[in-house]
Amino acid sequence: MAMISRRKFLTALGAASGAAMVGGAAWGIDASTQRSAPRTQASTSGPLVLITLYGGNDGLNTVIPYTDPAYKAARPNLGYDPSVVLAMADGLGLNPKLTGVHGLWGQGKLAVVRGVGYPNPNLSHFESMDIWQTANPADGAGTGWLGRWLDATGTDPMRALSVGTTLPLALRGQSQSASAVTATSINVPGGPQFEKPFTLMQAPGPDRTGLAGQIAGSGNNLIKVKGQLDALHTHIPSTTGPPTTASTPGSPSGAGRTRSAGQGTLSASDVTAPLGIVAALINAGSPARVYQVSLGSFDTHADEKANQEKLLANLDEGITSFLDAVAANPAGRNAVLMTYSEFGRRPIENASGGTDHGTAAPLFVAGHNVKGGFYGEEPSLTHLDANGNLVFNVDFRSVYATVLEKVIGFDSKDVLGGTFPTLGFV
Amino acid sequence: MADQTRSDIALLYRRAGFGIRPDELDALTGAGYNAAVDGLLAGLGSAPDPGGDSVTVPVFHIYQRPPKNFTQAQRKAADAVYATELRDLQDWWLNRMIKTSTPLREKLTLFWHGHFATGVVKVRDAKLMYLQNQLLRTTGAGPFDQLVQAVAKDGAMMVWLDTATDVKDHPNENFAREMMELFTLGVNNYTQDDVVAGARAFTGWRYDRLAYEYRFVPRLHDYGSKTYLGQTGDWNGEDAVNIAVRNPVSPRFVMAKLWSHFAYPVTPAEPVITDLVAAYGPSMNLTSALEAMFKHDAFRTATTRTNLVKQPIEYLAGAARALGLDATADRTGSSPSHGSGRPLAVIATALGQTPFNPPNVGGWGQNAYWLDTSTALVRQEAALFLAMRADLTSIGSIPPSQRPAAVARMLSIDGFGPTTMTALAAAQTNPVQLMALALASPEYVLA
Repeated sequence: MAMISRRKFLTALGAASGAAMVGGAAWGIDASTQRSAPRTQASTSGPLVLITLYGGNDGLNTVIPYTDPAYKAARPNLGYDPSVVLAMADGLGLNPKLTGVHGLWGQGKLAVVRGVGYPNPNLSHFESMDIWQTANPADGAGTGWLGRWLDATGTDPMRALSVGTTLPLALRGQSQSASAVTATSINVPGGPQFEKPFTLMQAPGPDRTGLAGQIAGSGNNLIKVKGQLDALHTHIPSTTGPPTTASTPGSPSGAGRTRSAGQGTLSASDVTAPLGIVAALINAGSPARVYQVSLGSFDTHADEKANQEKLLANLDEGITSFLDAVAANPAGRNAVLMTYSEFGRRPIENASGGTDHGTAAPLFVAGHNVKGGFYGEEPSLTHLDANGNLVFNVDFRSVYATVLEKVIGFDSKDVLGGTFPTLGFV
Repeated sequence: MADQTRSDIALLYRRAGFGIRPDELDALTGAGYNAAVDGLLAGLGSAPDPGGDSVTVPVFHIYQRPPKNFTQAQRKAADAVYATELRDLQDWWLNRMIKTSTPLREKLTLFWHGHFATGVVKVRDAKLMYLQNQLLRTTGAGPFDQLVQAVAKDGAMMVWLDTATDVKDHPNENFAREMMELFTLGVNNYTQDDVVAGARAFTGWRYDRLAYEYRFVPRLHDYGSKTYLGQTGDWNGEDAVNIAVRNPVSPRFVMAKLWSHFAYPVTPAEPVITDLVAAYGPSMNLTSALEAMFKHDAFRTATTRTNLVKQPIEYLAGAARALGLDATADRTGSSPSHGSGRPLAVIATALGQTPFNPPNVGGWGQNAYWLDTSTALVRQEAALFLAMRADLTSIGSIPPSQRPAAVARMLSIDGFGPTTMTALAAAQTNPVQLMALALASPEYVLA
């Protein structure tokens, strides 16, 4: 399992030869080449890498209150025995599959924000995910929280990149959106002879105003992102193999789809390949300030243990491989990974070996320069809400305010419509 | 004048349908624009649809709630049945859009699917989604109050917004809130107290998922007095719908939604909405409102022509219709030779619009919502794919300089601006590339 994931990760990084690779050093990129790279102006400010966990991850079996009698009482079958839990502190420990993340905890590179949620929790996946992605706890309506940052900071399509076929609401603004990519480079469909007419089709022109201009503009952004990605690739040493190349998965076969051998189709249940793409981009000097990847589904109403463990093992591999890969890169060392899910799950297990929709949950913040430790209080397992769910104590917008202010470098009030206290993890 | 009429009817068929073939457009131009509107309106309600009805309706299993003790393998098997039926259902609807003889009714069904947005991801029963789709098709041009009453008791809706779990002791606010906010009144036109009172009115509503029937369970209903949208009484669910659709703000909200999706996005305060509300009237006549909209002077304007982007489903169905392809992108009437199957639904998903699965209860967005780098890439890929599958000999057999105009006619658009013409000139010796570029041009991506 771990070996397969590792290979996938290396493949995503473009290490087609399978040659041994030790962290980011294999890229041969150091601070001096970063600074001399044309166009990219790589800064040593770290980007935010947002990891969306779809389906509602069970927080109580991720960061486990294994010494709390109420945990054992609520989870007679699903509960983890103290002997297998990876101990942290305060009577909490990590899921046994999170060995790499536990290593980060030991190195002080993992922050765990406990009991994150919002008032009047919504138990619908869809509405709660909208609430998280819009940062609008009233009804989840409106633009994405990072979309509002994009709206306010110009038009460069490389400011935020989402790896995957669909662009989450979080990254959609009124007039600006993140760019969606599925590889470290973009191939215009139709082969080289189609590139010229395709490029001409996206050109601005006096006859293209309003929406017609926006339609051409999105194609023009695609070409700009392609150009920036192509430029980055000149800084990827050839010894690590060719850059991965793909058009959007999900497109019909035969539709001008090209993909270099070895690169599988991105899967919703694997986060290692997308994080490998992010690592490769950061190491190549990508100027993006925000990346987004996703993993699912954590909706474990039944047979939770096997399903969640598989996903957490994948997450563990993704996070640790990513941090290894960017360790030698100044921006990579300052990169901040942050997980979130639409909600946690109910403390009391159900009759199907699973758990139902819950509320507050812990989230991970990881990075070489993250200030590890616990933030926020662990929710009580004995003082639950009317639905038998945990009561939150850290508003998720405090976490957003922290990464907006301290990672992205933007006034969080403009995005969140209010002031929320920042946390100390960066 | 004939050219203007031709252009106006092409616009009408792009908005009220899925485009029009050049020979059909020629035939309609002589009788004039209003006659073309009347022809589309005649296809509403229970009018026959030989084209659409030629598409075989999928077979659905009888829904069985998975027993709690289902094993992983049994769940996987059940999921596989569900996934197959959903794919069949998506193909069925896309093929209806491509083949329909009553395009306005099919387009109106798509509009209501976005308005009463219900997602199969939660409903998890293709037959329930099919039944809702048929309901929108047959009732979508009737009086609006009857439409909302029917949707409120629709099984897919009751599962989607949890009406089916609404009980006296623990009213679920989900349907009551969205019925007011998204279906009838608009945000900020009701209070949280109205939501609570509305939820109490819907208590006792149930859906029998084996019989596929709505049921009312009196012992679960709250018969107490409720003050809801300013009126006090022992309201039940039907009352809650009736009071909402008769609220003074409702007609402008509903008519603005209609204008926004068929003409261009507006707020309920827009002056043109007053004219639609007059046609809609106290009987909430949607057919009259549609007629008033399409025959309105403001409809046939440059503002309309430049302010709406095709949503992916109409983009794909329209392109397939123009190119003589079906939902699997096989040439209509030819034997299925490509084998891969159902690319239109796959492309629609890649473009962000999965039929029967809107992203949330708010439905899909408009215009800029469909414009990002990912959709730009997928749109061009899809355009190449469709162009490769199409029979383009009629384009290839004419001189290259005449080809862009011929492509525009095929796609029921007026023509291309100078910037697009420059790009097309670079590809006009290759009919597939030319068609693919045209399909991705701003002129065609605009609705």
